[in-house]
Amino acid sequence: MTDTPAVRIRGLRKTYGDTVAVAGLDLDVADGEVVALLGPNGAGKTTTIEILEGHRDRDAGEVSVLGHDPARTDLDWRAQIGIVTQDGGDLLELTVREAVGHFAHYYPRHRDPDQAIDLVGLTEKATERVRTLSGGQRRRLDVAIGVVGRPRLLFLDEPTTGFDPQARRQFWALIRRLADEGCTILLSTHYLEEAEALADRVAVIMGGRIVADATPATLGGRATARTVVRWADGRQETDDPAGLIATLTRRYGGTVPGLTVSRPSLEDIYLDLIGDAS
Amino acid sequence: MSATVLRGAPRRPSAARLGLHRATIELKSFFRERDAVVFTFAMPAVILALLGSIFDGVYPGSDVTSAQYLAPSMIAAGVASTTFINLGTSIAADRDDGTLRRLRGAPMPPSAYFIGKILMALVVTVGETVVLLGIAVVAFDLSLPTDPARWLTFGWVFLLGATACALTGIAASSLARSARSAGAVMNLPYLVLAFISGVFYTPVGQLPEPLVTIGSLFPLKWMAQGFRSVFLPDSILPQEVVPSWEHGRIALVLAAWCIGGMVLCLTTFRWRGRRGR
Ligand SMILES: Nc1ncnc2c1ncn2[C@@H]1O[C@H](COP(=O)(O)OP(=O)(O)O)[C@@H](O)[C@H]1O
Ligand SMILES: [Mg+2]
Repeated sequence: MTDTPAVRIRGLRKTYGDTVAVAGLDLDVADGEVVALLGPNGAGKTTTIEILEGHRDRDAGEVSVLGHDPARTDLDWRAQIGIVTQDGGDLLELTVREAVGHFAHYYPRHRDPDQAIDLVGLTEKATERVRTLSGGQRRRLDVAIGVVGRPRLLFLDEPTTGFDPQARRQFWALIRRLADEGCTILLSTHYLEEAEALADRVAVIMGGRIVADATPATLGGRATARTVVRWADGRQETDDPAGLIATLTRRYGGTVPGLTVSRPSLEDIYLDLIGDAS
Repeated sequence: MSATVLRGAPRRPSAARLGLHRATIELKSFFRERDAVVFTFAMPAVILALLGSIFDGVYPGSDVTSAQYLAPSMIAAGVASTTFINLGTSIAADRDDGTLRRLRGAPMPPSAYFIGKILMALVVTVGETVVLLGIAVVAFDLSLPTDPARWLTFGWVFLLGATACALTGIAASSLARSARSAGAVMNLPYLVLAFISGVFYTPVGQLPEPLVTIGSLFPLKWMAQGFRSVFLPDSILPQEVVPSWEHGRIALVLAAWCIGGMVLCLTTFRWRGRRGR
Protein backbone atom coordinates (compact mmCIF):
# COMPACT_ATOMS: atom_id res chain seq x y z
CA MET A 1 0.00 0.00 0.00
CA THR A 2 2.67 2.51 1.05
CA ASP A 3 6.44 2.52 1.29
CA THR A 4 6.49 3.55 4.93
CA PRO A 5 6.51 0.50 7.17
CA ALA A 6 3.44 -0.20 9.30
CA VAL A 7 5.61 0.15 12.40
CA ARG A 8 8.95 1.93 12.66
CA ILE A 9 10.78 2.21 15.99
CA ARG A 10 14.15 3.90 16.52
CA GLY A 11 15.95 4.22 19.84
CA LEU A 12 12.88 3.55 21.99
CA ARG A 13 13.47 3.93 25.71
CA LYS A 14 11.21 3.51 28.72
CA THR A 15 12.10 3.31 32.40
CA TYR A 16 9.94 2.74 35.46
CA GLY A 17 11.80 4.29 38.37
CA ASP A 18 15.11 2.42 38.38
CA THR A 19 13.91 -0.36 36.08
CA VAL A 20 14.95 0.08 32.46
CA ALA A 21 12.18 -1.76 30.62
CA VAL A 22 13.09 -0.73 27.07
CA ALA A 23 16.69 0.31 26.43
CA GLY A 24 17.13 1.68 22.94
CA LEU A 25 14.99 -0.59 20.79
CA ASP A 26 14.88 -0.52 16.97
CA LEU A 27 12.29 -2.45 14.97
CA ASP A 28 10.43 -2.24 11.67
CA VAL A 29 7.30 -4.10 10.65
CA ALA A 30 6.49 -3.94 6.95
CA ASP A 31 2.97 -3.76 5.59
CA GLY A 32 1.41 -7.23 5.51
CA GLU A 33 4.20 -8.79 7.56
CA VAL A 34 3.79 -11.05 10.60
CA VAL A 35 6.50 -10.25 13.14
CA ALA A 36 7.02 -12.07 16.42
CA LEU A 37 8.59 -10.25 19.35
CA LEU A 38 10.16 -13.20 21.13
CA GLY A 39 11.62 -12.91 24.60
CA PRO A 40 11.44 -14.16 28.18
CA ASN A 41 9.27 -12.61 30.90
CA GLY A 42 10.34 -9.09 31.77
CA ALA A 43 12.15 -8.55 28.47
CA GLY A 44 10.03 -5.49 27.66
CA LYS A 45 7.49 -6.94 25.23
CA THR A 46 4.34 -5.57 26.85
CA THR A 47 5.90 -2.16 27.44
CA THR A 48 6.95 -1.92 23.79
CA ILE A 49 3.60 -3.05 22.44
CA GLU A 50 1.61 -0.77 24.74
CA ILE A 51 3.72 2.20 23.65
CA LEU A 52 2.90 1.31 20.03
CA GLU A 53 -0.80 1.12 20.93
CA GLY A 54 -0.70 4.55 22.54
CA HIS A 55 -1.46 3.08 25.98
CA ARG A 56 1.84 4.07 27.59
CA ASP A 57 4.14 7.06 27.27
CA ARG A 58 7.72 6.65 26.17
CA ASP A 59 10.79 8.38 27.56
CA ALA A 60 12.71 8.70 24.31
CA GLY A 61 12.91 7.48 20.75
CA GLU A 62 11.04 7.78 17.49
CA VAL A 63 7.91 5.73 16.98
CA SER A 64 5.64 5.68 13.99
CA VAL A 65 2.60 3.40 13.69
CA LEU A 66 0.69 3.57 10.40
CA GLY A 67 2.45 6.86 9.80
CA HIS A 68 1.46 8.43 13.13
CA ASP A 69 3.08 8.95 16.50
CA PRO A 70 0.94 6.79 18.80
CA ALA A 71 1.32 9.37 21.58
CA ARG A 72 -0.66 11.85 19.47
CA THR A 73 -3.38 10.09 17.57
CA ASP A 74 -6.98 10.49 16.58
CA LEU A 75 -9.96 8.20 16.30
CA ASP A 76 -9.43 7.57 12.56
CA TRP A 77 -6.04 6.10 13.42
CA ARG A 78 -7.58 4.02 16.20
CA ALA A 79 -10.12 2.62 13.74
CA GLN A 80 -7.26 0.97 11.80
CA ILE A 81 -5.61 -0.69 14.80
CA GLY A 82 -6.68 -3.90 16.51
CA ILE A 83 -5.51 -4.65 20.04
CA VAL A 84 -5.45 -7.91 21.96
CA THR A 85 -4.02 -7.35 25.42
CA GLN A 86 -2.43 -9.83 27.76
CA ASP A 87 -4.90 -9.61 30.61
CA GLY A 88 -8.40 -8.37 29.85
CA GLY A 89 -10.87 -9.05 32.69
CA ASP A 90 -13.76 -6.90 31.51
CA LEU A 91 -17.12 -7.51 29.80
CA LEU A 92 -17.86 -10.35 32.24
CA GLU A 93 -21.63 -9.90 32.44
CA LEU A 94 -22.23 -9.61 28.71
CA THR A 95 -22.68 -12.47 26.28
CA VAL A 96 -20.04 -13.10 23.64
CA ARG A 97 -22.35 -11.74 20.94
CA GLU A 98 -23.25 -8.63 22.96
CA ALA A 99 -19.57 -7.89 23.58
CA VAL A 100 -18.42 -8.30 19.98
CA GLY A 101 -21.55 -6.59 18.65
CA HIS A 102 -20.97 -3.61 20.91
CA PHE A 103 -17.40 -3.11 19.74
CA ALA A 104 -18.45 -3.47 16.10
CA HIS A 105 -20.42 -0.23 16.55
CA TYR A 106 -17.29 1.85 16.99
CA TYR A 107 -15.79 0.96 13.62
CA PRO A 108 -16.97 2.41 10.31
CA ARG A 109 -16.28 -0.68 8.18
CA HIS A 110 -16.70 -3.42 10.75
CA ARG A 111 -17.21 -7.12 10.14
CA ASP A 112 -20.49 -8.81 10.90
CA PRO A 113 -20.08 -9.66 14.63
CA ASP A 114 -21.26 -13.24 14.04
CA GLN A 115 -18.60 -13.62 11.35
CA ALA A 116 -15.92 -12.41 13.76
CA ILE A 117 -17.20 -14.85 16.39
CA ASP A 118 -17.14 -17.64 13.83
CA LEU A 119 -13.62 -16.71 12.77
CA VAL A 120 -12.33 -17.38 16.29
CA GLY A 121 -14.46 -20.49 16.67
CA LEU A 122 -16.76 -19.26 19.44
CA THR A 123 -20.05 -19.69 17.62
CA GLU A 124 -21.40 -22.24 20.10
CA LYS A 125 -20.57 -19.84 22.92
CA ALA A 126 -22.16 -16.78 21.29
CA THR A 127 -25.04 -16.57 23.76
CA GLU A 128 -23.01 -17.50 26.85
CA ARG A 129 -21.82 -14.93 29.39
CA VAL A 130 -18.16 -13.98 29.06
CA ARG A 131 -17.81 -14.86 32.75
CA THR A 132 -18.31 -18.53 31.93
CA LEU A 133 -15.58 -18.77 29.24
CA SER A 134 -12.33 -20.67 29.79
CA GLY A 135 -9.02 -18.84 29.56
CA GLY A 136 -8.49 -19.89 25.96
CA GLN A 137 -12.02 -18.97 24.92
CA ARG A 138 -11.64 -15.65 26.64
CA ARG A 139 -8.47 -14.88 24.59
CA ARG A 140 -10.31 -15.86 21.43
CA LEU A 141 -13.07 -13.43 22.35
CA ASP A 142 -10.40 -10.74 22.75
CA VAL A 143 -9.19 -11.56 19.25
CA ALA A 144 -12.75 -11.39 17.87
CA ILE A 145 -13.08 -7.90 19.38
CA GLY A 146 -9.60 -7.04 18.10
CA VAL A 147 -10.49 -7.89 14.50
CA VAL A 148 -14.18 -6.95 14.33
CA GLY A 149 -13.23 -3.49 13.03
CA ARG A 150 -11.12 -4.92 10.17
CA PRO A 151 -7.84 -3.45 11.42
CA ARG A 152 -4.89 -2.93 9.06
CA LEU A 153 -2.55 -3.64 11.94
CA LEU A 154 -3.16 -6.06 14.79
CA PHE A 155 -1.20 -6.19 18.06
CA LEU A 156 -1.34 -9.41 20.09
CA ASP A 157 0.47 -9.54 23.44
CA GLU A 158 1.30 -13.12 24.43
CA PRO A 159 -2.02 -14.36 23.06
CA THR A 160 -1.47 -18.07 23.81
CA THR A 161 0.06 -17.98 27.29
CA GLY A 162 -1.68 -20.66 29.34
CA PHE A 163 -3.09 -22.54 26.35
CA ASP A 164 -2.86 -26.30 26.05
CA PRO A 165 -1.01 -27.54 22.94
CA GLN A 166 -4.18 -28.21 20.97
CA ALA A 167 -5.70 -24.81 21.71
CA ARG A 168 -2.39 -23.25 20.70
CA ARG A 169 -2.44 -25.00 17.29
CA GLN A 170 -6.01 -23.81 16.69
CA PHE A 171 -4.98 -20.32 17.62
CA TRP A 172 -2.08 -20.42 15.20
CA ALA A 173 -4.45 -21.39 12.39
CA LEU A 174 -6.56 -18.36 13.27
CA ILE A 175 -3.56 -16.01 13.15
CA ARG A 176 -2.53 -17.43 9.77
CA ARG A 177 -6.01 -16.78 8.41
CA LEU A 178 -5.86 -13.17 9.55
CA ALA A 179 -2.43 -12.80 7.96
CA ASP A 180 -3.80 -14.29 4.72
CA GLU A 181 -6.49 -11.61 4.75
CA GLY A 182 -3.64 -9.09 4.52
CA CYS A 183 -3.60 -7.94 8.15
CA THR A 184 -0.20 -6.79 9.42
CA ILE A 185 0.50 -8.52 12.73
CA LEU A 186 2.92 -7.83 15.56
CA LEU A 187 2.66 -10.47 18.26
CA SER A 188 4.72 -11.07 21.34
CA THR A 189 5.43 -14.50 22.73
CA HIS A 190 7.83 -16.33 24.96
CA TYR A 191 7.29 -19.58 23.05
CA LEU A 192 9.95 -20.27 20.50
CA GLU A 193 7.84 -22.72 18.48
CA GLU A 194 5.12 -20.12 18.25
CA ALA A 195 7.44 -17.53 16.74
CA GLU A 196 8.81 -20.14 14.36
CA ALA A 197 5.34 -21.35 13.33
CA LEU A 198 3.74 -17.97 12.75
CA ALA A 199 6.21 -15.27 11.96
CA ASP A 200 7.74 -14.06 8.72
CA ARG A 201 10.33 -12.48 10.97
CA VAL A 202 11.39 -13.05 14.56
CA ALA A 203 12.81 -10.23 16.65
CA VAL A 204 14.39 -11.56 19.83
CA ILE A 205 14.03 -9.07 22.68
CA MET A 206 16.14 -9.26 25.82
CA GLY A 207 16.67 -6.62 28.47
CA GLY A 208 14.69 -4.11 26.42
CA ARG A 209 16.83 -4.49 23.29
CA ILE A 210 16.48 -6.44 20.06
CA VAL A 211 19.37 -8.93 20.12
CA ALA A 212 18.50 -10.68 16.85
CA ASP A 213 16.09 -9.93 14.02
CA ALA A 214 15.75 -12.41 11.16
CA THR A 215 13.52 -15.00 9.50
CA PRO A 216 13.08 -18.14 11.59
CA ALA A 217 15.36 -20.02 9.17
CA THR A 218 18.28 -17.61 9.46
CA LEU A 219 17.90 -16.46 13.06
CA GLY A 220 21.21 -16.13 14.88
CA GLY A 221 23.16 -17.25 11.78
CA ARG A 222 21.39 -20.61 11.91
CA ALA A 223 21.54 -21.13 8.11
CA THR A 224 25.29 -20.64 8.02
CA ALA A 225 26.19 -22.13 11.39
CA ARG A 226 28.77 -24.90 11.41
CA THR A 227 27.42 -28.41 11.30
CA VAL A 228 28.03 -30.71 14.23
CA VAL A 229 29.00 -34.30 13.40
CA ARG A 230 28.80 -36.79 16.27
CA TRP A 231 29.78 -40.44 16.31
CA ALA A 232 30.40 -43.12 18.91
CA ASP A 233 33.92 -41.99 19.79
CA GLY A 234 33.82 -38.25 19.04
CA ARG A 235 32.25 -34.98 18.04
CA GLN A 236 33.48 -32.31 15.62
CA GLU A 237 32.18 -29.00 14.22
CA THR A 238 32.82 -28.54 10.55
CA ASP A 239 31.99 -26.52 7.44
CA ASP A 240 32.41 -29.65 5.30
CA PRO A 241 30.34 -32.44 6.86
CA ALA A 242 30.48 -34.59 3.70
CA GLY A 243 34.29 -34.56 3.70
CA LEU A 244 34.47 -35.39 7.41
CA ILE A 245 32.03 -38.30 7.04
CA ALA A 246 34.03 -39.65 4.10
CA THR A 247 37.19 -39.57 6.23
CA LEU A 248 35.39 -41.27 9.14
CA THR A 249 33.96 -43.96 6.84
CA ARG A 250 37.44 -44.73 5.60
CA ARG A 251 38.80 -44.84 9.14
CA TYR A 252 36.09 -47.28 10.38
CA GLY A 253 36.27 -49.24 7.12
CA GLY A 254 32.50 -49.01 6.60
CA THR A 255 29.57 -47.82 8.73
CA VAL A 256 30.47 -45.14 11.29
CA PRO A 257 28.99 -46.21 14.67
CA GLY A 258 26.42 -43.74 16.19
CA LEU A 259 26.75 -41.17 13.40
CA THR A 260 24.55 -38.04 13.62
CA VAL A 261 24.84 -34.82 11.62
CA SER A 262 23.03 -31.75 12.96
CA ARG A 263 22.69 -28.01 12.64
CA PRO A 264 22.13 -26.15 15.91
CA SER A 265 18.38 -26.13 16.62
CA LEU A 266 16.48 -22.86 16.84
CA GLU A 267 16.26 -23.54 20.53
CA ASP A 268 20.06 -23.76 20.84
CA ILE A 269 20.35 -20.44 19.01
CA TYR A 270 17.66 -18.79 21.11
CA LEU A 271 19.12 -19.99 24.39
CA ASP A 272 22.52 -18.73 23.23
CA LEU A 273 21.05 -15.35 22.34
CA ILE A 274 19.24 -14.74 25.59
CA GLY A 275 22.08 -16.32 27.54
CA ASP A 276 24.64 -13.94 26.03
CA ALA A 277 22.50 -10.88 26.55
CA SER A 278 21.75 -11.51 30.21
CA MET B 1 -1.75 10.34 6.18
CA SER B 2 -4.44 8.09 7.55
CA ALA B 3 -6.92 10.53 6.08
CA THR B 4 -5.85 9.51 2.58
CA VAL B 5 -6.25 5.88 3.49
CA LEU B 6 -9.73 6.53 4.80
CA ARG B 7 -10.94 8.76 1.98
CA GLY B 8 -14.39 7.70 0.90
CA ALA B 9 -14.70 5.41 3.91
CA PRO B 10 -17.98 5.42 5.84
CA ARG B 11 -18.04 7.88 8.71
CA ARG B 12 -17.64 6.80 12.29
CA PRO B 13 -20.90 6.91 14.29
CA SER B 14 -21.58 9.99 16.42
CA ALA B 15 -20.68 10.28 20.10
CA ALA B 16 -24.39 10.55 20.97
CA ARG B 17 -25.26 7.28 19.24
CA LEU B 18 -22.29 5.50 20.75
CA GLY B 19 -23.20 6.95 24.15
CA LEU B 20 -26.66 5.37 23.84
CA HIS B 21 -25.08 2.04 22.96
CA ARG B 22 -22.83 2.33 25.95
CA ALA B 23 -25.82 3.09 28.18
CA THR B 24 -27.51 -0.16 27.16
CA ILE B 25 -24.29 -2.11 27.74
CA GLU B 26 -23.80 -0.40 31.11
CA LEU B 27 -27.38 -1.13 32.21
CA LYS B 28 -27.15 -4.78 31.20
CA SER B 29 -23.87 -5.15 33.05
CA PHE B 30 -25.21 -3.32 36.12
CA PHE B 31 -28.37 -5.35 36.56
CA ARG B 32 -26.61 -8.64 35.84
CA GLU B 33 -23.98 -8.04 38.48
CA ARG B 34 -25.48 -8.96 41.82
CA ASP B 35 -22.97 -7.01 43.96
CA ALA B 36 -23.67 -3.74 42.24
CA VAL B 37 -27.42 -4.22 42.42
CA VAL B 38 -27.37 -5.13 46.11
CA PHE B 39 -24.98 -2.41 47.22
CA THR B 40 -26.27 0.54 45.29
CA PHE B 41 -29.87 -0.34 44.45
CA ALA B 42 -31.34 -2.64 47.07
CA MET B 43 -29.56 -1.32 50.15
CA PRO B 44 -31.44 2.00 50.45
CA ALA B 45 -34.73 0.15 49.99
CA VAL B 46 -33.84 -2.37 52.68
CA ILE B 47 -32.73 0.38 55.06
CA LEU B 48 -35.96 2.31 54.48
CA ALA B 49 -38.05 -0.81 55.08
CA LEU B 50 -36.11 -1.74 58.25
CA LEU B 51 -35.72 1.68 59.87
CA GLY B 52 -39.24 2.61 58.84
CA SER B 53 -40.66 -0.39 60.69
CA ILE B 54 -38.44 0.06 63.75
CA PHE B 55 -39.01 3.78 64.29
CA ASP B 56 -42.30 4.55 65.93
CA GLY B 57 -44.34 7.56 66.87
CA VAL B 58 -45.68 10.85 65.55
CA TYR B 59 -43.83 14.15 65.77
CA PRO B 60 -45.57 16.56 68.16
CA GLY B 61 -47.56 19.33 66.51
CA SER B 62 -47.92 17.37 63.28
CA ASP B 63 -49.37 14.11 61.99
CA VAL B 64 -46.06 12.98 60.46
CA THR B 65 -44.82 9.57 61.59
CA SER B 66 -41.12 8.75 62.01
CA ALA B 67 -41.25 6.46 58.98
CA GLN B 68 -42.80 9.19 56.86
CA TYR B 69 -40.11 11.60 57.98
CA LEU B 70 -37.45 9.06 57.08
CA ALA B 71 -38.82 8.31 53.58
CA PRO B 72 -37.91 11.52 51.68
CA SER B 73 -34.47 11.56 53.33
CA MET B 74 -33.94 7.96 52.22
CA ILE B 75 -34.86 8.99 48.67
CA ALA B 76 -32.01 11.48 48.84
CA ALA B 77 -29.69 8.78 50.18
CA GLY B 78 -30.93 6.51 47.39
CA VAL B 79 -30.05 9.12 44.78
CA ALA B 80 -26.59 9.47 46.31
CA SER B 81 -26.18 5.71 46.29
CA THR B 82 -27.17 5.20 42.65
CA THR B 83 -25.07 8.14 41.47
CA PHE B 84 -22.11 8.71 43.79
CA ILE B 85 -21.42 5.11 44.87
CA ASN B 86 -22.56 3.54 41.62
CA LEU B 87 -20.38 5.72 39.39
CA GLY B 88 -17.44 5.85 41.79
CA THR B 89 -17.19 2.07 42.14
CA SER B 90 -18.07 1.20 38.56
CA ILE B 91 -15.53 3.61 37.05
CA ALA B 92 -12.83 2.41 39.47
CA ALA B 93 -13.67 -1.14 38.36
CA ASP B 94 -13.53 -0.10 34.69
CA ARG B 95 -10.08 1.35 35.29
CA ASP B 96 -8.90 -1.80 37.06
CA ASP B 97 -10.30 -4.59 34.89
CA GLY B 98 -9.20 -3.20 31.53
CA THR B 99 -12.54 -1.73 30.40
CA LEU B 100 -11.14 1.78 30.05
CA ARG B 101 -8.03 0.54 28.27
CA ARG B 102 -10.09 -1.47 25.79
CA LEU B 103 -12.39 1.47 25.13
CA ARG B 104 -9.46 3.85 24.67
CA GLY B 105 -8.05 1.34 22.20
CA ALA B 106 -11.24 1.53 20.15
CA PRO B 107 -12.17 4.61 18.13
CA MET B 108 -14.55 5.79 20.87
CA PRO B 109 -15.03 9.50 21.54
CA PRO B 110 -14.39 9.91 25.30
CA SER B 111 -17.74 11.66 25.71
CA ALA B 112 -19.53 8.46 24.65
CA TYR B 113 -18.20 6.76 27.79
CA PHE B 114 -19.52 9.50 30.08
CA ILE B 115 -22.86 9.73 28.27
CA GLY B 116 -23.25 5.98 28.78
CA LYS B 117 -22.34 6.15 32.47
CA ILE B 118 -24.61 9.11 33.20
CA LEU B 119 -27.60 7.65 31.34
CA MET B 120 -27.07 4.39 33.19
CA ALA B 121 -26.96 6.20 36.54
CA LEU B 122 -30.05 8.22 35.60
CA VAL B 123 -32.12 5.15 34.76
CA VAL B 124 -31.00 3.34 37.92
CA THR B 125 -31.68 6.46 40.01
CA VAL B 126 -35.20 6.93 38.64
CA GLY B 127 -35.87 3.23 39.26
CA GLU B 128 -34.53 3.49 42.80
CA THR B 129 -36.65 6.56 43.52
CA VAL B 130 -39.80 4.82 42.28
CA VAL B 131 -39.05 1.77 44.46
CA LEU B 132 -38.45 3.92 47.57
CA LEU B 133 -41.56 6.01 46.95
CA GLY B 134 -43.52 2.79 46.45
CA ILE B 135 -42.36 1.40 49.80
CA ALA B 136 -43.09 4.70 51.55
CA VAL B 137 -46.60 4.97 50.09
CA VAL B 138 -47.60 1.33 50.53
CA ALA B 139 -45.93 0.50 53.86
CA PHE B 140 -45.78 3.86 55.62
CA ASP B 141 -48.81 5.77 54.25
CA LEU B 142 -46.79 8.61 52.81
CA SER B 143 -49.16 10.67 50.68
CA LEU B 144 -47.91 11.98 47.35
CA PRO B 145 -48.41 15.74 46.89
CA THR B 146 -51.01 16.96 44.42
CA ASP B 147 -49.69 20.52 44.18
CA PRO B 148 -47.67 20.87 40.92
CA ALA B 149 -45.38 23.38 42.63
CA ARG B 150 -44.19 20.61 44.95
CA TRP B 151 -43.41 18.34 42.02
CA LEU B 152 -41.53 21.19 40.41
CA THR B 153 -39.43 21.41 43.59
CA PHE B 154 -38.96 17.65 43.44
CA GLY B 155 -37.75 17.99 39.84
CA TRP B 156 -35.05 20.57 40.44
CA VAL B 157 -33.83 19.06 43.71
CA PHE B 158 -33.60 15.67 42.01
CA LEU B 159 -31.79 17.04 38.98
CA LEU B 160 -29.30 19.21 40.87
CA GLY B 161 -28.75 16.63 43.61
CA ALA B 162 -28.25 13.73 41.21
CA THR B 163 -25.90 15.77 39.01
CA ALA B 164 -23.82 16.94 41.96
CA CYS B 165 -23.49 13.42 43.35
CA ALA B 166 -22.78 11.89 39.93
CA LEU B 167 -19.97 14.33 39.16
CA THR B 168 -18.50 13.90 42.64
CA GLY B 169 -18.67 10.12 42.18
CA ILE B 170 -16.86 10.27 38.83
CA ALA B 171 -14.14 12.41 40.40
CA ALA B 172 -13.90 10.20 43.50
CA SER B 173 -13.40 7.10 41.35
CA SER B 174 -9.79 8.24 40.84
CA LEU B 175 -9.16 8.05 44.61
CA ALA B 176 -9.63 4.28 44.70
CA ARG B 177 -6.39 2.46 43.96
CA SER B 178 -8.22 -0.64 42.78
CA ALA B 179 -11.68 -1.99 42.17
CA ARG B 180 -11.47 -3.90 45.46
CA SER B 181 -10.81 -0.80 47.52
CA ALA B 182 -13.41 1.25 45.65
CA GLY B 183 -16.33 -0.17 47.63
CA ALA B 184 -14.79 0.99 50.91
CA VAL B 185 -13.54 4.28 49.51
CA MET B 186 -17.02 5.18 48.28
CA ASN B 187 -19.19 3.65 51.03
CA LEU B 188 -17.39 5.09 54.03
CA PRO B 189 -17.98 8.78 53.23
CA TYR B 190 -21.47 7.88 52.06
CA LEU B 191 -22.45 6.23 55.35
CA VAL B 192 -20.87 8.97 57.46
CA LEU B 193 -22.67 11.63 55.42
CA ALA B 194 -25.95 9.76 55.65
CA PHE B 195 -25.67 9.95 59.45
CA ILE B 196 -24.56 13.54 59.80
CA SER B 197 -27.05 14.72 57.18
CA GLY B 198 -29.93 13.48 59.33
CA VAL B 199 -30.94 10.62 57.04
CA PHE B 200 -30.44 7.63 59.35
CA TYR B 201 -30.59 9.81 62.44
CA THR B 202 -33.95 11.55 62.58
CA PRO B 203 -35.05 14.23 62.89
CA VAL B 204 -32.13 16.25 61.63
CA GLY B 205 -32.83 18.99 64.22
CA GLN B 206 -31.77 16.59 67.02
CA LEU B 207 -28.25 16.09 65.66
CA PRO B 208 -25.38 17.67 67.67
CA GLU B 209 -24.55 21.03 66.18
CA PRO B 210 -20.93 20.32 65.07
CA LEU B 211 -22.15 17.34 63.06
CA VAL B 212 -24.89 19.40 61.42
CA THR B 213 -22.30 22.04 60.52
CA ILE B 214 -20.09 19.44 58.82
CA GLY B 215 -23.07 17.76 57.15
CA SER B 216 -24.22 21.11 55.78
CA LEU B 217 -21.07 21.39 53.72
CA PHE B 218 -22.16 18.43 51.58
CA PRO B 219 -25.01 17.96 49.12
CA LEU B 220 -26.81 15.07 50.82
CA LYS B 221 -28.16 17.16 53.71
CA TRP B 222 -29.64 19.69 51.29
CA MET B 223 -31.08 17.15 48.90
CA ALA B 224 -32.79 15.37 51.83
CA GLN B 225 -34.17 18.67 53.11
CA GLY B 226 -35.45 19.48 49.62
CA PHE B 227 -37.28 16.15 49.34
CA ARG B 228 -38.79 16.56 52.81
CA SER B 229 -40.17 19.92 51.70
CA VAL B 230 -41.91 18.10 48.84
CA PHE B 231 -43.49 15.24 50.78
CA LEU B 232 -44.01 16.58 54.32
CA PRO B 233 -46.38 19.28 55.59
CA ASP B 234 -44.97 22.55 56.93
CA SER B 235 -46.15 21.50 60.40
CA ILE B 236 -42.97 19.37 60.62
CA LEU B 237 -40.67 22.42 60.22
CA PRO B 238 -39.91 22.69 63.98
CA GLN B 239 -37.99 19.38 63.64
CA GLU B 240 -35.64 20.89 61.04
CA VAL B 241 -32.36 22.62 61.86
CA VAL B 242 -33.93 25.98 61.08
CA PRO B 243 -37.72 26.31 60.82
CA SER B 244 -37.67 26.93 57.06
CA TRP B 245 -37.19 24.75 53.97
CA GLU B 246 -34.50 27.16 52.68
CA HIS B 247 -35.10 26.41 48.99
CA GLY B 248 -32.74 29.17 47.87
CA ARG B 249 -29.89 27.81 49.94
CA ILE B 250 -30.57 24.25 48.76
CA ALA B 251 -30.32 25.35 45.13
CA LEU B 252 -27.15 27.32 45.86
CA VAL B 253 -25.29 24.50 47.65
CA LEU B 254 -26.30 21.83 45.13
CA ALA B 255 -25.37 24.05 42.17
CA ALA B 256 -22.01 24.81 43.78
CA TRP B 257 -21.35 21.07 44.10
CA CYS B 258 -22.30 20.58 40.45
CA ILE B 259 -19.74 23.16 39.38
CA GLY B 260 -17.08 21.95 41.82
CA GLY B 261 -17.71 18.33 40.83
CA MET B 262 -17.37 19.20 37.16
CA VAL B 263 -14.06 21.00 37.79
CA LEU B 264 -12.79 18.01 39.81
CA CYS B 265 -13.78 15.60 37.02
CA LEU B 266 -12.03 17.63 34.37
CA THR B 267 -8.85 18.03 36.42
CA THR B 268 -8.52 14.59 38.04
CA PHE B 269 -10.04 12.02 35.69
CA ARG B 270 -7.55 9.27 34.80
CA TRP B 271 -8.05 6.87 31.91
CA ARG B 272 -5.10 4.74 32.94
CA GLY B 273 -4.86 2.47 35.94
CA ARG B 274 -1.80 1.82 38.07
CA ARG B 275 -0.01 -0.21 35.40
CA GLY B 276 -0.42 2.08 32.45
CA ARG B 277 2.23 4.67 33.16
N1 LIG C 1 3.86 -0.32 35.19
C1 LIG C 1 5.08 -0.75 35.55
N2 LIG C 1 5.68 -0.22 36.64
C2 LIG C 1 6.92 -0.62 37.01
N3 LIG C 1 7.65 -1.54 36.37
C3 LIG C 1 7.12 -2.11 35.27
C4 LIG C 1 5.82 -1.75 34.81
N4 LIG C 1 5.55 -2.46 33.70
C5 LIG C 1 6.64 -3.24 33.47
N5 LIG C 1 7.58 -3.03 34.41
C6 LIG C 1 8.91 -3.69 34.46
O1 LIG C 1 9.54 -3.47 33.21
C7 LIG C 1 10.16 -4.65 32.76
C8 LIG C 1 9.57 -5.09 31.43
O2 LIG C 1 8.24 -5.49 31.63
P1 LIG C 1 7.25 -5.92 30.46
O3 LIG C 1 7.28 -4.90 29.39
O4 LIG C 1 5.94 -6.21 31.08
O5 LIG C 1 7.95 -7.27 29.94
P2 LIG C 1 7.33 -8.54 29.22
O6 LIG C 1 5.99 -8.18 28.66
O7 LIG C 1 8.34 -8.89 28.18
O8 LIG C 1 7.23 -9.62 30.27
C9 LIG C 1 9.99 -5.68 33.86
O9 LIG C 1 11.15 -5.64 34.65
C10 LIG C 1 8.79 -5.18 34.62
O10 LIG C 1 8.88 -5.57 35.96
MG1 LIG D 1 4.14 -9.02 28.96
